[in-house]
Amino acid sequence: MAYSEKVVDHYTNPRNVGSMDKTDPNVGTGMVGAPECGDVMKLQIKVDPISGIIEDAKFKTFGCGSAIASSSLATEWLKGKTVDQAMQIKNTEIVTELALPPVKVHCSVLAEDAIKAAITDYKKKAVAAPALV
Amino acid sequence: MKLPIYLDNHATTQTDPRVVETMLPFFTEYFGNAASRNHSFGWVAEEGVELARTQIANLIGANSKEIVFTSGATESNNLAIKGVAEMYAERGNHIITAATEHKAILDTCKHLEKQGYRVTYLPLQGSGLVDLDMLRDAITDKTILVSIMYANNEIGVIQQVAEIGKICKDKGVLFHTDGVQAVGKIPVNVLKDNIDIMSLTAHKMYGPKGVGALYVRRRNPRVQISAQMDGGGHERGMRSGTLNVPGIVGFGKAAELCHQLMDVEMPKHRVMRDRLKAKLESSLEETYINGTMEHRLPHNLNMSFAYVEGESLLMGINDIAVSSGSACTSATLEPSYVLKALGLGDDLAHTSIRFGIGRFNTDEEIDYVGNKMIEVVNKLRELSPLWEMFKDGVDLSKVEWTAH
Ligand SMILES: Cc1ncc(COP(=O)(O)O)c(C=O)c1O
Ligand code: FES
Repeated sequence: MAYSEKVVDHYTNPRNVGSMDKTDPNVGTGMVGAPECGDVMKLQIKVDPISGIIEDAKFKTFGCGSAIASSSLATEWLKGKTVDQAMQIKNTEIVTELALPPVKVHCSVLAEDAIKAAITDYKKKAVAAPALV
Repeated sequence: MKLPIYLDNHATTQTDPRVVETMLPFFTEYFGNAASRNHSFGWVAEEGVELARTQIANLIGANSKEIVFTSGATESNNLAIKGVAEMYAERGNHIITAATEHKAILDTCKHLEKQGYRVTYLPLQGSGLVDLDMLRDAITDKTILVSIMYANNEIGVIQQVAEIGKICKDKGVLFHTDGVQAVGKIPVNVLKDNIDIMSLTAHKMYGPKGVGALYVRRRNPRVQISAQMDGGGHERGMRSGTLNVPGIVGFGKAAELCHQLMDVEMPKHRVMRDRLKAKLESSLEETYINGTMEHRLPHNLNMSFAYVEGESLLMGINDIAVSSGSACTSATLEPSYVLKALGLGDDLAHTSIRFGIGRFNTDEEIDYVGNKMIEVVNKLRELSPLWEMFKDGVDLSKVEWTAH
């Protein structure tokens, strides 16, 4: 099976690889998948607490090329969006953008799950954190 | 050095140019039907077929009358197992095989189970070897056939075939072996190895695709097999159908070449394989060899690169042709059943790569592959959340994953 140009591009030059401090209250971390399934995605967002805008996003992925590309693309899309806008990102948009074949749809589902998990983690922290004065 | 590099010689091999040359006249000049008994076109074709039969028989220490031509090892495996099951149905209904056999064996056995046969699938030891005591204990008075492959197509582990054959002989049970990966690569002798029936295919030994053979022993014991296709009664009634004369002639030449070159190729491939292994092991942490190195085809290496998923690795080394046991490379989303049968966890199975060295590989290619592998594994580990956790000292087996 041949990979689409965009998948190859993200695989060859992955955007926003890295990790952020999990304990930072402005950072939300999502980790989905399992090593036994052959795919684990870690996606992190850093949110500006005043504007609610995602100012940075990072990922690390263990998985096939499509999974790497899906998470790399997700970090690109996340930056500059508000948390609520980010919540609207659908795996089908990733499928379309990367021209993923049917067997690779689950890699994009994983990316959507990772986004949701990161946002949920961030929101949980925001509630727990003392209110800003 | 030319790219891409082919290092997937367990999947298939390049047809040797000498083989192609031998085949060509049998398409145009000597195109006769080997079954035509009354003109020279038929006689010449038959001569070509009979020479090939002898060349193949010589390679495995058999008599040429014991070679039945087929369309490949999938057919040979089907013919052997179904043919014996049907022929010896009155004597018993039990077959023994192993969990790591090729699908052509396993699925044939499953088919027979639906028809009322009983099949025992022996588990493997971590080394990849069949436990001989377990085999002995599995044989009952209803057992008619034991089918254990000579060498495995993923991990290259060579079974203790002569001992298995001896056990079967002592118990009066027929022994079939899928010899596809071993024949032509290492010495195989049907007499010394106590083999009653053996499947072969040309395309794994530098011959053409779509031609195979079944060795069927003629004495001690005389093995009988029910034909699985009705027709003109070719191949002593065991396999009907006009013979693929050019393919068979090429198969014969390929067998002859393997016979001549084996003493040179075996040590040469072993040195190349060991060099690749040493290079990878010395430059990368957390690599694991799958299956024992002690009983292994000299041209096989199967290695897991922990924390790097196999398909992404293949994508990074896209100018090198190898295979992976990762689920992402298969349609089933299940990692290699062979590796799982060795007791390997799914996580490591997903990170495995199979290298198969062949006649046309060079030292230069091996070094290129080693360097490229190291570069890509390191790059992907920088991308891997699991590698990061491992480096931070996290015990991955204790993490609660959100499996989907
Ligand atoms: C061990 C083994 N048995 C059987 C086969 C099937 O052979 P063929 O391609 O000739 O049908 C293969 C190759 O795919 C194999 O590796
Ligand atoms: S992660 Fe397995 S197919 Fe993409």
